[in-house]
This record gives sequence, structure tokens and C-alpha cells, in this order.
Amino acid sequence: MSTLLEVSGISVTFDGFRAINNLSFDIGPAELRAIIGPNGAGKTTFMDIVTGKTKPDAGKVLWGEMSRNLVGLNEARIAQEGIGRKFQKPTVFEDQTVQENLLMALKKNRGAFAVIFWRPTGEDLDRVTELAGEIGLANELKRKSGELSHGQKQWLEIGMLLAQEPRLLLVDEPAAGMTPSEREHTTAILVEAAKTRAVVVVEHDMEFIRRLDCRVTVLHEGSVLAEGSLGHVTADQEVIDVYLGR
Amino acid sequence: MERSFLLKNPSVLVFLAVLAMFTIAVTVMSEAFGAGLVSTSFVKTLGKTLCLALIALAMDLVWGFAGILSLGHFAFFGLGGYMIGMWLMYERTRLIVEESMAQAAIPPTDSEVVDAIGSQIFGVVGSADFPPIWMFADSLTAQLVLVVAVPGLLAFVFGWLAFRSRVTGVYLSILTQAMTLALSLYLFQNDSGLRGNNGLSGLQNLPGVTASQDFVSIWFFWASALALGLGYLFAAWLVSGKFGSVLRGIRDNEARVRFLGYSVEGYKLVIFTVSAMIAGVAGALYYPQAGIINPAEIAPIASIYLAVWVAIGGRGRLYGAVIGAVFVSLVSTYFTGGQAPNINLGVYVISWVDWWTVLLGLSFVLVTLFAPQGIGGLVDLFARRQHPERHGADLGPDKGALRESEAEQ
Ligand SMILES: Nc1ncnc2c1ncn2[C@@H]1O[C@H](COP(=O)(O)OP(=O)(O)OP(=O)(O)O)[C@@H](O)[C@H]1O
Ligand SMILES: [Mg+2]
Repeated sequence: MSTLLEVSGISVTFDGFRAINNLSFDIGPAELRAIIGPNGAGKTTFMDIVTGKTKPDAGKVLWGEMSRNLVGLNEARIAQEGIGRKFQKPTVFEDQTVQENLLMALKKNRGAFAVIFWRPTGEDLDRVTELAGEIGLANELKRKSGELSHGQKQWLEIGMLLAQEPRLLLVDEPAAGMTPSEREHTTAILVEAAKTRAVVVVEHDMEFIRRLDCRVTVLHEGSVLAEGSLGHVTADQEVIDVYLGR
Repeated sequence: MERSFLLKNPSVLVFLAVLAMFTIAVTVMSEAFGAGLVSTSFVKTLGKTLCLALIALAMDLVWGFAGILSLGHFAFFGLGGYMIGMWLMYERTRLIVEESMAQAAIPPTDSEVVDAIGSQIFGVVGSADFPPIWMFADSLTAQLVLVVAVPGLLAFVFGWLAFRSRVTGVYLSILTQAMTLALSLYLFQNDSGLRGNNGLSGLQNLPGVTASQDFVSIWFFWASALALGLGYLFAAWLVSGKFGSVLRGIRDNEARVRFLGYSVEGYKLVIFTVSAMIAGVAGALYYPQAGIINPAEIAPIASIYLAVWVAIGGRGRLYGAVIGAVFVSLVSTYFTGGQAPNINLGVYVISWVDWWTVLLGLSFVLVTLFAPQGIGGLVDLFARRQHPERHGADLGPDKGALRESEAEQ
């Protein structure tokens, strides 16, 4: 199987504390992967490194067919390469409407001058409406996203991620603050998205992970502790000791 | 497309209509058109006020929309003024020199004329030679280009250095203050080539124009109104689409914008440069009405006042910036011009010339604390626009982010 993203041997140290320790990870072009691990295991930091927010002290992040090293590129360049990210805390542009948020995310030329002259076509607006339908916000298009509920903001952010049409989606704790039925809907969206692209989901909720029904990577103290099916990793004694047993 | 833009932004039409009515009213009441209800000097004050409104608009683009609190915009304004001032001064001196030399028996050579102009202009700073920066001073077209090019270039270079190193928030504001202070100190030097602290003067006299100041003042008033109208239209168009969305996104949470794939530095650089160019145009129209420009005009305090105007008017909405600049600068003229009656408290006489700054500072603090939407927020009351239940938390993590109570519905 070919790989879309291959992270090899990355390490990062914050003030003497090793948050990521010789971590290696890879994912194929249409694969769903869950990452679990105790608080402070380095899950968010891992995403920071892949998306260019944090520079690793060592190691490579190889991307795409050409195996291009992403280390050193800035966040915007990496996003343009096709890596989308959802944050742990929902971050949408609260002062702007749901529609404006989605239009900004739509996959289009990101250059300043192109954007100045860009005006949405009917097709773009239809696409936004369609996306809003998928994330249950069809009736909220004209509302400021700051007025939405926590769960709705989470979804709006997922919608923006889909609008970007990334090849790799990094999703940090998508189900936080959602009701059980909203969680189910989120699972469906992620599973659907993973049919055509790579999706990495960080989540603490084991029930949620179970429904994703995918390969699981367990992180602990900045490196991979175990990897395999959910049944496999939950049977692992080390995993039980550091994570599940607590 | 243009029509739908105006339909979607009715406030632009309202603004242009008010501006047009104001212009017509002042025109028919001016000395030039007979009625004489508005004195020529007041026409100049109003014309200058429109220029200040234009730079406030430029300020709102960078601060209200993109969250960049520039405290150096008067550097761009001043440079615009200097650029047009160079031509005005050169050309007027040339006409005078040529006239006086025409009396001589032997017609003067071109270089003699240029030397004579040079000693006329630079006599005050003990020099007679044209510094290289006056290279294009004989060409109106060139100087008009420089009115936008010089502020634009300064903003571009400054912005490129500052934004690329991701300097934001209060550090950026301090850097912009340093920029305008450095420019002002440089220009104060006699060998800066722009006549040191004398600055450029006599700018109200248009070369070759014999009409009285009654007319000249009204022409400049029209030009200022036109520039403000076009500037408003342009700014509104710029922020009406996705570009405006991205700018507001940068203001509230620039990291998030980066992860969407937008180069935040590039966007800041574009809006900062565009805004500086608008400021340059405003300055080029302002100083011929003021008659004189000197380095004190670009002292750091001027740019701080600009931020105060925009805050009081209501940042993040274009008409707010205009209202703030017009209102505060006119009230300021009233108080500092000695027209306001002093208040005698028996033990102490409050003289407004001194106390106005205190009053202004106090209003700024009060507006920031209790009415962050500024005067522009009154429009919402008037239009009975309901703000949703909000609590005054920041709308984004960044320093420039609007607060919930500040955002437009
Ligand atoms: N910028 C930073 N500076 C210093 N320490 C940091 C920084 N970012 C993360 N850390 C530390 O690195 C470790 C890993 O953090 P990270 O946020 O990646 O954990 P996580 O697995 O996402 O945890 P959680 O499940 O709580 O979200 C933590 O101990 C954290 O305190
Ligand atoms: Mg985390």
C-alpha cells in the first residue's frame, strides 16, 4: 500500500521536556486512523508538527507521491498542500456568518489578489448550502457563527474542513461537547470522508473510536506504544496500564 | 456586479448621498458662490476634515478590519503631503524666478533658472542646490505618482520586515510609532533635503492660478469630497467579499486563517500598503489646504489621535471611522481654537485649550470601556438592529480581535 503521509523519527522538546520522542507514523491515501492516549501524550503536538505550527528538533514529515519533506514549510503552504486541521477547541470565525466561514474555506486560489476579485458563483453558493446541509446547519447560513452552540461550532469546523477538500484531515477531539446523536452523525461524516481521503482522528471517547471501526495508534509519552485494531490494542497489557486502566 | 454590490451594501449609498448633499450645501453657502455664509477659512477646515476622514478610512482598513493597530499612519499622510508640496513649491518659485529674470537684458539659461529656484527654496537651510530627491519636482505627473508610490513603498518595506517576522499586537504598534518618529526626526534635519523644520510652505498658492483663495478653497474641498467618496467606495468594495472575510479572520484569529491555507503575512502586507497609499492621497489633498507642511505634522502623537478618532467613531465599520474623524477633529478645532468659553470655577478657570486633550483622553477611555462600538453603534440603535445575547468576550484569541459587544450585527 502506498503512503500519503510518512512521519519518521520526529522529536520535539519544550524547555527540556520531550513532548514527542522519536515518533514514526504513516497513513495511506484513503484510510481512517484513530489516535488515542492519555492526556499530555503528545497527540495535539503531533498534529502541530504535521501542520507546521511546531518545528521538530529531528525527523522528517514526508508527504505525497513525491515524498516531499514538509518540515520547514509554513502553515499556509502546508494547508495548501492539502492538509486540513480541526482544533481541539472549536475555532470558527465568530464574527462572521456560517456562510462566510464556509466560503472562506472552499478550495479556491488562496492568493491575496485572486481573492480580492473573487466573488462566489451560484455553483459555489450551492456547494456551501450542500455542505451546510451535511453538517446540519442549512437553516443557520446567515447566522453569525458566534451565536451557534458548542456542538454546532464543532460541526461548522468540520464543514470548513470538508470545504477545503484536503487529502489529509487531522481531527482533534471532534466529539467533545456533542450529544450522543450528534456524535453518531459526526462518526458517519468522518467514515464517509475517509473513503476518498486520509483521516486522522484524536479522541478520548472509546465508544466513539469503536464506531469508527478503524486501525488505532496508541501514543504515550511522545511515542507509539501500540498499533492495530481496537481489539488488539485494548488487549495490550501496556496500553491497559498507561491508559485504559486509569 | 457593481449594482448588486451597492444593493448589498446600502450603507455605501447612504454615505455617498450624505457626502454629496454636504458638498452641495457647503458649495452654495461658500464665498465663491456668493452666499458667503461659510467663510473661506472654514471651507478649508471642512476640506481638511474630509481628508482626515479619508485617512481614518485607511486606518479602519488596517485596524478595524485586519486588526493591525498602526500608530504610524501619519507618516504616510505626511509623505503624501511632501510629495505634492515639492511640485507646488518648485513650480511656483519657478514662475516667480522666471518673471523676475525676464526683466534682465540677457535671457537666463536653463541652469541659471534652476540655480535661482534652488537658492530661493533652500536659502532658509543655508543651501542652494537641489538634493537628489527633488529630481522629479518639476513634473506634476511624477510627483502625483510619488504621492502614492512613496508611502506605498515605505509601508511595503516596513510591512515586509515586520509581518514576515510575525511581529503582532502591541510590539507592532510600537514599531510603527518608531517608524513615524524616526521619519519625523530625519526630516527635522536641514540636510534631509526637505527644508528641515521649515517644511514646505505657501502650498495654498496654485502655480499659474490667478483665482482667489475663495475659489481655490472650494476646488480643494470638491477634490477632497471626491477622494473621500471614491475611497469609501473602494474600501467598501475591498472588504465586501472574501478578502474582507479573510482580513476579519486575521484580526480575530490569525493562526486559524493560516491553517486554512491563507498566507497571513501576504494579506497584511497588501492591506497595509493599500492603506498607506490611501493615506498618501489624503495627505496630498490636506496640505495644500493647510498651506504648510513640516516634520511636526508626522510626530507620533498625530497617529495616536487617528486611532482615537477611529475608536470613538467605531472601528470595523467604514462609516464609523469617517464619523469619528469628522466629529472629533471638528470638536477639537472648536475647543483648541479658543472659541469655547472658559469655565470659571472661582478657584480655577478651566481653559479648554489646555483641558481639551484631557477631555478627549477621557472620552476615549469611556468609549473603549462602555461603548466599544463607538458613535457608529448609534446607527444600530436607530435601525433597531438587535444584537444577540452577548457578553463582551473576545471574538478571537488575537490582540486585535473585536469584542462581542463591538461586532456589527
Ligand atoms: N508550546 C508548548 N510549550 C511547552 N509545552 C508544551 C507545548 N505544547 C505542548 N506542551 C506539552 O507537551 C505535552 C504534550 O501535549 P499535547 O497537547 O500534545 O497532549 P495531548 O496528547 O494532545 O493531550 P490532551 O489529550 O490533553 O489533549 C504536554 O505535557 C504539554 O504540556
Ligand atoms: Mg490535545
